[in-house]
Amino acid sequence: MPIETTNLTPQSETGDLETRDMLLNIGPAHPAMHGIIRIVAKLDGERIEEAEVEIGYLHRGFEKMAETVDYNGVIPYTDRLNYVSPLINNMGYCMAVEKLLGISVPERCHYVRVIMSEISRITDHLTCVGATAMELGAFTVFLYMIKAREYLWDLVEKVTGARMTVSYCRVGGVKSDLPEDFAEPCRKAFEETRKVLVEADGLLTRNRIFADRMNGTGVISSEDAISYGITGPFLRSTGADYDVRKDCPYAVYDRLPFDVPVGTRGDNMDRYLVRMEEMEQSMRIVERALRDMPRGPVQVHPETGRPIPAAEMVDLAKGGNIAAIAGDSAVTCPTLEGSGRAEHRSIATDEKRVFLPPKEDTYGNIEGLMQQFKLVMIGHGVRPPRGEVYFPVEGANGELGFYVVSDGTGCAYRVRVRPPCFAIMSALHKILTGDMIADMIPTFGSVNMIGGELDR
Amino acid sequence: MNAATLMESVTHRFPEAVSASHAYRGDATLVLRPEFLLEVARFLKADPALQMNYLMDLTAVDYSTFGKRPAPAFFASSGVAVSPSAQIPDANPWPGPPHQSRWAVVYHFFSLAHKHRLRLVIALEEAAPEVDSLTSLWPGANWLEREVWDMFGIRFRGHPDLKRILMYEGFEGHPLRKDYPVKKRQPLIGPIN
Repeated sequence: MPIETTNLTPQSETGDLETRDMLLNIGPAHPAMHGIIRIVAKLDGERIEEAEVEIGYLHRGFEKMAETVDYNGVIPYTDRLNYVSPLINNMGYCMAVEKLLGISVPERCHYVRVIMSEISRITDHLTCVGATAMELGAFTVFLYMIKAREYLWDLVEKVTGARMTVSYCRVGGVKSDLPEDFAEPCRKAFEETRKVLVEADGLLTRNRIFADRMNGTGVISSEDAISYGITGPFLRSTGADYDVRKDCPYAVYDRLPFDVPVGTRGDNMDRYLVRMEEMEQSMRIVERALRDMPRGPVQVHPETGRPIPAAEMVDLAKGGNIAAIAGDSAVTCPTLEGSGRAEHRSIATDEKRVFLPPKEDTYGNIEGLMQQFKLVMIGHGVRPPRGEVYFPVEGANGELGFYVVSDGTGCAYRVRVRPPCFAIMSALHKILTGDMIADMIPTFGSVNMIGGELDR
Repeated sequence: MNAATLMESVTHRFPEAVSASHAYRGDATLVLRPEFLLEVARFLKADPALQMNYLMDLTAVDYSTFGKRPAPAFFASSGVAVSPSAQIPDANPWPGPPHQSRWAVVYHFFSLAHKHRLRLVIALEEAAPEVDSLTSLWPGANWLEREVWDMFGIRFRGHPDLKRILMYEGFEGHPLRKDYPVKKRQPLIGPIN
């Protein structure tokens, strides 16, 4: 029996083929949505006519929690905002509180913070570019870039003792100094990273498949980007050259030479190229900073002339030999490798009423213990004067701002984060509209959405 | 333009709109009467000497417990009060929350051309807080205002689609209000059928 086919192609009254829009729900848990968001797209064939972006799946109440703990207690929470470059969040928050307190940190501490945040920026860009490439089929590039990221995270681990949730900065300083021989592993890691970048560049930039998917997709104009409040590499790909490090310099960025790469077309390809160049510029900053940073006096034992490890200091104190260690602080080592490292004295502010002492100091001498007690016990803690400040730093995705209000008590009255990818995500529906559904993948990849920072 | 001249130029143009100003820690801040917000924002964006083309941030503060939080310690004075050293004179002390009203909606503007920043603060009364929406001037205000509505319950007049953004639809209350308990739990929403 012949199959009835007359009703299979619906005809409209004019005789044209009838088309209907289709609603496609993508996410919140979908392999192409790295990070948990939901996009409801209205499709005409494969073309996106409208898109609605829904966020909030990773909301953990950062701003509410920040009101319940003391000023230093917020730092571990800031790690979890942008967990790919936590050191920049640490730095932004600490500098906002320092502005509120009206204190400044020593030059060496600024350099340490700059070096660590630039290393974080590279790891962030590596993750973003690698993940984008992987979603377009270039799995090799992803693995290479993650390999390079491992070298850099090894550096981060050497300095902070942790790979991702580092909690390295303190209000008024950093947890501990860079290792003595930091320049050498840093040079090696950068050498490897540069190799990976050359390889990735060779595999991607002129790759036909990659270029066809990236060129001309996800386009946004400079005016639109500004009206949505977009900053960072996403803005710079459109041709506007706003970079907080250049335009509102903080720490020691005004002394370090670096270029701000900009694109011209504002599409995915330009964002990829801007990020690739920014990694190179970040390495340039780190290399220059390592060369220029002031050494600062090293803490040594007055008799032996070598650093006092914490264990020796405790022994001396137990033996009653207080005179030998009076005024000294033990050497600090953030990792568990041992405590035989010299400490430069200039990594923290002189304001002892603010800076949380290193753990070796806390357990090693009475002054450190008292200082710790005065800062961490309930009802004690640092109390900035009443006031409000806003402090922006350049995060890996754009301007990361902290707005802190103090009411003069031990915990912040209000902490507000201006997350850079929130602005980009609020414009995403506009960027997607008019593109094909397959273009959503590279566009969403180049947004570099970080759920922790977006939903807080 | 530095903070003083920036505040002066806006105050000079809208003497009746600006009710207070300060530059605590160098952040230029103007407290505005709510009815003038749109007019002032339009001026900030269009004026060639200001060119505030960025709405960097939009948030709110609930000042209802400001200065009323109990000292958690037995000794009320046992904390470490730190004020800036004598070398840095505190020329502009912070005048405190605006007008003793509960809500303050805080806008941070930035000019890409001139690299200056300005903070606008709108003080709102406790009952039925509402302020004009800036979505007509900056489309980026859309999500920021939705977040303020979600977290604080402040309404924005003229917003095209004022609904929750971070919390779910069935959520009761506004979590960043000071009277919302930190440990309050709400039932999980069930599966969608």
